[in-house]
Amino acid sequence: MAGEFGNPEVVQQEVDILIVGGGMAACGAAYELGPWIDAAKKAGHDITVKLVDKAAMDRSGAVAQGLSAINTYIGDTQDPADYARMVSNDLMGITRDDLAYDLGRHVDESVHLFEEWGLPIWKTDENGERHDGSKGLPALKDGGKPVRSGKWQIMINGESYKWIVAEAAKKALGTDNIDERIFIVKLVNDAKDKNRIAGAVGFSTREDKVFVYKAKAILLVAGGCVNIFRPRSVGEGQGRAWYPVWNAGSTYAMAAEAGAEMTMMENRFVPTRFKDGYGPVGAWFLLFKSQATNAFGEVYMQRNKEMLNDYPPYGQAAVPASCLRNHLMLKEMREGRGPIWMDTVSALAKLRETLSPREVKHLEAEAWEDFLDMCIGQCGIWAGENIEPEKKNSELMPTEPYLLGSHSGCCGIWVSGPDDIGAPTDEALGDGIPDYLPKGWNWGYRSMTTVQGLFTAGDGVGASGHKFSSGSHAEGRLCAKSMVKFVIDNKAWKPELDTSVEQLVEDIYRPVRNFLEHKDYTTAIDINPHYITPKMLQYRLQKIMDEYVAGVATYYTTNANMLDLAEQKLEMLKEDSLKMRAKDLHELLRAWENYHRILTAEAHMKHIQFREESRYPGFYYRMDKNFVDEENWHCFVNSVYDKDSKKWTCFKRAHVDLVDKSKLFKAAAH
Amino acid sequence: MPTFVRTDKCDGCKGQDKTACMYICPHDLMKLDKDGSETGHAMKSYNQEPEQCWECYSCVKICPQNAIEARPYADIVPLGGSVQPLRGTDSIMWTIKFRNGTMKRFKFPIRTTPEGSIDPYGGKPAADMANIAKPGFFVQVNGYRAGNASELIRK
Repeated sequence: MAGEFGNPEVVQQEVDILIVGGGMAACGAAYELGPWIDAAKKAGHDITVKLVDKAAMDRSGAVAQGLSAINTYIGDTQDPADYARMVSNDLMGITRDDLAYDLGRHVDESVHLFEEWGLPIWKTDENGERHDGSKGLPALKDGGKPVRSGKWQIMINGESYKWIVAEAAKKALGTDNIDERIFIVKLVNDAKDKNRIAGAVGFSTREDKVFVYKAKAILLVAGGCVNIFRPRSVGEGQGRAWYPVWNAGSTYAMAAEAGAEMTMMENRFVPTRFKDGYGPVGAWFLLFKSQATNAFGEVYMQRNKEMLNDYPPYGQAAVPASCLRNHLMLKEMREGRGPIWMDTVSALAKLRETLSPREVKHLEAEAWEDFLDMCIGQCGIWAGENIEPEKKNSELMPTEPYLLGSHSGCCGIWVSGPDDIGAPTDEALGDGIPDYLPKGWNWGYRSMTTVQGLFTAGDGVGASGHKFSSGSHAEGRLCAKSMVKFVIDNKAWKPELDTSVEQLVEDIYRPVRNFLEHKDYTTAIDINPHYITPKMLQYRLQKIMDEYVAGVATYYTTNANMLDLAEQKLEMLKEDSLKMRAKDLHELLRAWENYHRILTAEAHMKHIQFREESRYPGFYYRMDKNFVDEENWHCFVNSVYDKDSKKWTCFKRAHVDLVDKSKLFKAAAH
Repeated sequence: MPTFVRTDKCDGCKGQDKTACMYICPHDLMKLDKDGSETGHAMKSYNQEPEQCWECYSCVKICPQNAIEARPYADIVPLGGSVQPLRGTDSIMWTIKFRNGTMKRFKFPIRTTPEGSIDPYGGKPAADMANIAKPGFFVQVNGYRAGNASELIRK
């Protein structure tokens, strides 16, 4: 039966492993799965896989546009422990060393594969001169020297980064096992065990079809969350978010509804970027040695350096936490010494002093490529405003907040870590943790959430951060192994959905029915008391978050009273989400993305409310608790969501260091 | 910088079911107006939600007719500038036109292997089930960093 709008065809399929998402983590899983599935087959286990992406894998996820750097490459002179220390300090001390350390020891394996597949990686020759990745210098795996734009970052010609990684993933998995343009919107628990995953449902954005998948193991890797806060541009430019606008919090919302324990959802990232275009600053700071100043040319990191002492020890490392760098900049803006400038003119002038004309030309190309490979819109702004960076400085600006777990952020899902790194196996802070949740940091399968059979990677994994593209790929590969093991160990088990297919279809297509039922009530298609457009619902969400939950409108400040109001308004918004309309499949996509945004936003608000301190000054301030309270809050804040009562329960879990953090601060002293 | 489609160049990908831009847009923005009822231009595609455009240029780069360009966000950027790529199989050429007429051109490599040439498991070993619960991947390409065990203070 061919479906029609309002009465979709239902397609049902059962597989062993379902991958939800097509970004770097999904591609990593797809690649690593092949040989393990072959090995399992030899041992008598046939394992089937399906990957479902709401877009096209060639250009989906956060790396769709490309990248100008790989931000996590350990190299052969640094230790995974150094990496775990950096991650911890940048995120104000509350991260899981087991996850960061494990990622640190694996990540370079993925980078070496990217280069083998054809990703051009810049190299330094024996004279110290930089070359782009097409010049045939030795590969990293053979001892080639990368161009470091920071301790952990290496420069690439990354326009086709995702295209290349997707080619390997698609070939590894086989295109018959990949469904594109299908948006998974709900996970389904098992009928007999509500703490177990049994399937996932979604719909095609191209045809009137609903897809119901049953699976033993599901890898949920659908990215971070963008556009829950009102963006700084509210007209045509609102799509020019820093992180990709299609990252709608689907990972967090679907995991929470499935009952997975969330962690550090209070964390957010407020990147300081080139104003309006959100162009990357990393290469400017680290490679071109540029400085950021206030309106009077004063370097705020110097001018305000005493403020770092307010936040020991995180402010006292050689590189202070990202949020604290914002904190020092925001003082300048609040006190009227803005705008903030990236002094590109002085930086390039200084570099030109020692360069030949050929090298100067190369330097100019490098500066433009930094944007063209990953943030073309910034070039549009430079072109439109006649900005040549050697002649005219550019403004910097802190953006609206983003939620993610792979960049300089650590919100996400609580997952089982490696068991060979010394991670705790019990809980020091037992009070308030629901009994059914696991104790300690590993419970059998690496990267499995607290829901049996549900795995995550990349932006999905909380309490870590700084994985970036390469680390997300490596984390996906870790999941592949553990999912194969999980499937073999659960060979006899059959998934059974806890909700009828009819009900699932009804739920998914509700916005379509809302539209069809009520569209003729008024003469204006968008104005109708019986439904709300996904766009207006998104505006409402963004207004609430911006004004009450420490968005740009209040210079990232909030307090318990404002959070109370946000709580009430978000509850009504969540109720009204059932009245979203979808006039076509495109709008049905937007409706579900915005539902995911609401749940993610609610988690963020609840966690900020629960954590009675300001752990991330520069990212947000609870003005009623405007301090870092190491005694009471040097711990994880975790939560679970009950999809029936629609309530969140927040609780603490103890934080433990697995590597010695004091080394970070000793190093800073000399 | 939402993308726009030039009426004089777009051929609707010659009447195929979906156009290249529809295939590639990560945010489901490009739409083929089959009968012209949406835009007045039958069998040409258009950006159906320009205020959701991330300016990733995926559609611009993939269009076989070079029919797609971008006009910087009208609510932010002064008029007159443009940034246009021409993506080949191993490199990409960029032409940047400033509001004041200044032009810049750049060419950058995009990959070092022919498109479609990746042999994902060529020359790679089989996975060994005995290692499935141990650290490391099925293959090592000189990138596993075992780490100094003395750094792990609780082990």
